[in-house]
Amino acid sequence: MKVLMFGWEFPPKIYGGLAVASYGITKGLSLQGDVETTFCLPKPCGDEEKFLNIVGMNQVPIVWRDVNYDYLKSRLSTSTPEQYYAFRDHIYADFSYMHVNDLGCMEFAGGYPGNLHDEINNFSIIAGVVARQQEFDIIHAHDWLTYPAGVHAKMVSGKPLCIHVHATDFDRSRGKVNPTVYAMEKNGMDHADCIMCVSELTRQTVIHQYHQDPRKCFAMHNAVYPLSQDLLDIPRPDHSKEKVVTFLGRITMQKGPEYFVEAAALVLKRTRNIRFVMAGSGDMLDAMINLAAERGIADRFHFPGFQRGRQVYEAYKNSDVFVMPSVSEPFGIAPLEAMQCGTPSIISKQSGCGEILEKVIKTDYWDINAMADAIYSICTNPSLFQYLQEEGKKEVDGITWEKVGLRIRALYEQVLKNYGK
Amino acid sequence: MKTICLYFEIHQIIHLKRYRCFDIGRDHYYYDDYENERGISDIAERSYIPALNTLIEMAKNHGDAFKVALSISGVALEQLEVHAPGVIELLHQLNDTGCCEFLCEPYSHGLSSLANEDCFREEVDRMRTKIKQVFGKEPKVFRNSSLIYSNEIGATVADMGFKGMLTEGAKHILGWKSPHYLYHCAMNPNLKILLRDFKLSDDISLRFSNTEWSEYPLFADRYIDWIAALPEEEQVINIFMELSALGIAQPLSSNILEFIKALPVCAKERGVTFSTPTEIITKLKSVDQVDVPYPMSWVDEERDVSPWLGNVMQREAFNKLYSVAERVHLCDDRRIKQDWDYLQASNNFRFMTTKNTGIWLNRGIYDSPYDAFTNYMNILGDFISRVNSLYPVDMDNEELNSLLTTIKNQGEELAALNKEVEMLQAKLEKAEGKKEPVAKKAVEKKPAAKKAAPKKE
Repeated sequence: MKVLMFGWEFPPKIYGGLAVASYGITKGLSLQGDVETTFCLPKPCGDEEKFLNIVGMNQVPIVWRDVNYDYLKSRLSTSTPEQYYAFRDHIYADFSYMHVNDLGCMEFAGGYPGNLHDEINNFSIIAGVVARQQEFDIIHAHDWLTYPAGVHAKMVSGKPLCIHVHATDFDRSRGKVNPTVYAMEKNGMDHADCIMCVSELTRQTVIHQYHQDPRKCFAMHNAVYPLSQDLLDIPRPDHSKEKVVTFLGRITMQKGPEYFVEAAALVLKRTRNIRFVMAGSGDMLDAMINLAAERGIADRFHFPGFQRGRQVYEAYKNSDVFVMPSVSEPFGIAPLEAMQCGTPSIISKQSGCGEILEKVIKTDYWDINAMADAIYSICTNPSLFQYLQEEGKKEVDGITWEKVGLRIRALYEQVLKNYGK
Repeated sequence: MKTICLYFEIHQIIHLKRYRCFDIGRDHYYYDDYENERGISDIAERSYIPALNTLIEMAKNHGDAFKVALSISGVALEQLEVHAPGVIELLHQLNDTGCCEFLCEPYSHGLSSLANEDCFREEVDRMRTKIKQVFGKEPKVFRNSSLIYSNEIGATVADMGFKGMLTEGAKHILGWKSPHYLYHCAMNPNLKILLRDFKLSDDISLRFSNTEWSEYPLFADRYIDWIAALPEEEQVINIFMELSALGIAQPLSSNILEFIKALPVCAKERGVTFSTPTEIITKLKSVDQVDVPYPMSWVDEERDVSPWLGNVMQREAFNKLYSVAERVHLCDDRRIKQDWDYLQASNNFRFMTTKNTGIWLNRGIYDSPYDAFTNYMNILGDFISRVNSLYPVDMDNEELNSLLTTIKNQGEELAALNKEVEMLQAKLEKAEGKKEPVAKKAVEKKPAAKKAAPKKE
């Protein structure tokens, strides 16, 4: 089975959870043995793993240019001249009014630049070329940025479209949606033959806020990759005297950082030998620093900033409790990673990952009393810490991408069977 | 001749309220009054009252042919006295018919039998006195909380003067043996053991209204047929359950009470009788000992103590609670003693179970085992600090123990000396009575001087 996949992020370049999930899904599919994936990315860096076929959209021509082989070879970083010529044969309209370079390709900034909407549009134009050239059975588009491309590919090829909802604008904005984004999401969902949502929570949002047919919406929970030995070996510092409670993620409205600060203030009223760490960056960082100062807990409350790569795991290992008080979290992979590191997690009931996790403490995001109580309890009762640490690790080790890949493939087959009927 | 021993238990815990870590040291009241009142009234109305009315009616209609045994935990009795006195009234009526035997159980419905023998003996004694006070007869047969039993518990119970004890007829203990005989404790043959037939008991308490059950609908004549069809030598059929099985676990709409009501008639037709535990113990001889080296209970598939002590959280809570047992035992603060009873109730530990039994467990106000643990540990934190404030904290238990022993020994010494004084006094009176009764005044002064003597030591 051949899958044409559209995505915006892919490791090793990681902007957020989307990259990790994209990697997991494609890897899970590749482990099935009979699924061949072509993954279209705006701007690959060339260091991606080779278990799948990566197409750099910035190297697909949309305007016919006569370039010779050797020049191409020197210019193309992630694809071959043969691929370039193949794509060039499938240019379908006159885009010479667009801003293209000497190869007839469009440049991408990558990530989430200011002109994101232009890049999304360009991406879908190029998708038309790719869809004409490639041979595939099914289309799979990740998140709203690539929905237009997915829809375009479906129009061109007549193949069924699966879209993968990693988040909706309802989650990001606490209900005050951006109409442009909403329109794009809704259009993608309307055209999709199958909507995979990262949790039942998201599935309900898709059904109720985007008015989709429940019969084509499926919950497809994410998973985690086993940690490398190198990361597992990071030592756990001795915290017998002082405990550390960590928040790690973007400091934005969606993640509910203020509830973490408030809960910390409550805990610190009761005991002083706990430190709180809020790692990450975001538009609410300054407000949170102010809030911590206002509550008079700044001496026990730390902001180490954005954490990269290994630092993230060091932060998990250095914590006695990991807290994710998200107001609305489609899935939330962080607590699973914390659990892999043997750190007990407290998550909000509004988090999708709670649907597949048992060995975590769940509270409502707004219930700072319950959250404070749970933090205090893990820090003061060694048995609770030990139980959540050991059982949590066991639980999360059973959640693998391979199982997710198997389920996605089954869904593909179901979609193909029913398509056009 | 076969005989059925029908036994019901009455127990409801005192619900704990939501208690946050900030409340520690500030709020010393731990109970959810509203939930307690609502819970007990609801159960009384839906289960206890109709069920007891049925039992009374059966007792009146069948006279001596119907017998039943009941036990009630101290905490449940307290709650019924306050919130549902009508149930107590019915218990008295049932008691007056003469066909009901009351058994004894630990006052708190707790796990003290697994932790602290002194504490266990104390609460059993207290319950025994209370039952005697309320129902006029001293119980001879004992049932532990959730039928927890092991050889050692049996030995303690026998030592306290009980003649019999009820427990579970667990497969892993009995093996090929049948629960339909009378057994005795492996460590003390004087204590007779009645084993619950879990199949026949659960048919009523667990499966009766289950429409997917292959035997549904179950009628009394068929049920008695099963009993009558057992081998001739198997004579005792012990059917034990909670009283709330009639009405809560099996709703009244399933006609469970009509089923119970029909049992004596059907039994009579087939020559099966009813007996109380004491009657069985006195009439029958024990066939063998039951050897139970590790504690067992009537809960879950495993029939062990894992529903309360299965995970590390439960064990920590349990150990923390009983770490102050001695100090609580020592003190005479009434509120602490009362809290001690309520906190011991095994249900508090059950809420923290992480076992996946497939059967839905009502966790009350808690939405997860961690939540139950956190709340309980907060309360326990406050309780322990109150207990510790009674005695210097830096004094370790051993030191305290030795002081306690000294005090206890001195108490015993005092009692012995007092006895001696009395004896001497009596002797003196006798001697002086012979001589001259006028000298009585001088005699009375003498013991006072002697009493003061040991205090100086």
